[in-house]
Amino acid sequence: MTPKPTPGQTGASPAAASLAADQAARQRRLSLLARAERETLEAAWNRLEPKPAFRRLKQPETGLVMVRARAGGNGQRFNMGEMTVTRCVLALDEGGEMGVGYVAGRDRRRAELAALFDALAQQPRHAAMVEAELLAPTQESAAAARQARAAKVAATKVDFFTLVRGED
Amino acid sequence: MYVAVKGGEAAIGNAHALLAEDRRGDTAVPELSVDQIREQFSLAVDRVMTEGSVYDPELAALALKQARGDQVEAIFLLRAYRTTLPRLAVSLPIDTAKMQVSRRISSCFKDLPGGQLLGPTFDYTHRLLDFTLLAGGAPPRTEARGELAPDLPQVVDLLNAEGLIEPEIPDADDAPVGDLTREPLMFPAGREVRLQNLARADEGYLLALGYSTQRGYAKSHPFVGEIRSGDVAVEVEIPELGFAVDIADITVTECQMINQFTGSKSEKPKFTRGYGLAFGYAERKAMAMSLVDRSLRAQELGEDITAPSQDAEFVLYHADNVEASGFVQHLKLPHHVDFQSELTLVRTMRAEIEAASAPVAEFEEAAQ
Repeated sequence: MTPKPTPGQTGASPAAASLAADQAARQRRLSLLARAERETLEAAWNRLEPKPAFRRLKQPETGLVMVRARAGGNGQRFNMGEMTVTRCVLALDEGGEMGVGYVAGRDRRRAELAALFDALAQQPRHAAMVEAELLAPTQESAAAARQARAAKVAATKVDFFTLVRGED
Repeated sequence: MYVAVKGGEAAIGNAHALLAEDRRGDTAVPELSVDQIREQFSLAVDRVMTEGSVYDPELAALALKQARGDQVEAIFLLRAYRTTLPRLAVSLPIDTAKMQVSRRISSCFKDLPGGQLLGPTFDYTHRLLDFTLLAGGAPPRTEARGELAPDLPQVVDLLNAEGLIEPEIPDADDAPVGDLTREPLMFPAGREVRLQNLARADEGYLLALGYSTQRGYAKSHPFVGEIRSGDVAVEVEIPELGFAVDIADITVTECQMINQFTGSKSEKPKFTRGYGLAFGYAERKAMAMSLVDRSLRAQELGEDITAPSQDAEFVLYHADNVEASGFVQHLKLPHHVDFQSELTLVRTMRAEIEAASAPVAEFEEAAQ
């Protein structure tokens, strides 16, 4: 969930640094939109007036992503197994901003809504709405769920005592 | 040999209707929803995802419902479904060191950084039937206290720092990675192909093979370096953007098995490793897989190949339960023509033997 460190962020030119910052913001946005509930996305879309017109560059499509792993966690790569993923790519009629949605599972509407909000977030008049209604709440609820789970797991932490053996 | 047959449509239709009725069971009992299966039979769902080789809890739960709980049949259904979907992308390798753990234990070290976290385990239960579940009792309240260490280092990497264990060497980024969903299994099979095969392999089969290594058929003297279960991020390169995005969390179980050391004149003795990885909470599967992975490294590590678990062709060709089930079960399809020819052959052979032995019997009688 945390934005990935972006290569070339340090010591780069101001233009490159700005590009890296844009990329990091896009990565955060897409990863949060990918985790937003369908209902949350739909509700935000329903509140939006007027609805922006858009055209689909890639129809919402369900397919597979092969999940790679590494032997021993950090060795040779191997194909572990696939997962279902649905993607959608579209562009807003006004402004032409391209939106991308990649979500786990088979919900085509969810992928389309994610792509729509990715595109809308690039328009200054919608950026704050996307952040406030979708990105920030999703990030908060994910962090809260993560923390709650971690606390339950932490309660199962054990200390094994080694007993003194008879011959000692 | 199977010969195609025609007819029987009405009987087949009726058989499938009867199957559907039996699947539903007593209609006085409420029907199971796919959500209920996904939430309450989650380990069955995890196995179907692992061996069906598709991570999608809803689809795996649906497959289990349709298959009346038969795991291998459900795995078959999921495998069949996947063939209808296009491949959109290949993920970056998941980073299990950054897992949000639900469980993390080591049998090698009592004290390890971050601690031993039991998580939701069957270990230390008394394996007594819990009759409160029969009565629909509520689960006990869970404790929530403390925090997890921000960083949980891999136990094997701690040993690695001292050079006491063989390191895993990453392959070059542009090196090809074998994919059994695209190319048939060929020998010698690289480690990456073996690991993919084992990740999809039947759990019972791997369990038996892993067990055989412990009982002396290929000694490997294993220790659990670490088992961890939890959520990892899946990052996918988005072609439209040219960079990778973390698009989902999936639950996986990983087992790092530490095995018998080897050494030679040129190399100091060190521990060797076996690796297991599965979707969901699948500890038995991941442990068995790591034992068999290590066993299959016999040739690479200069060990004598004496046991079934070390024989890559034997292990890998028989590991897939969809293939195995299909080949075993095809025997029940009509083999009428085949059998009739065998029947004729046996009758002919018997007649020939009887014809040949008749004069001998007469001769023996005459001699008496």
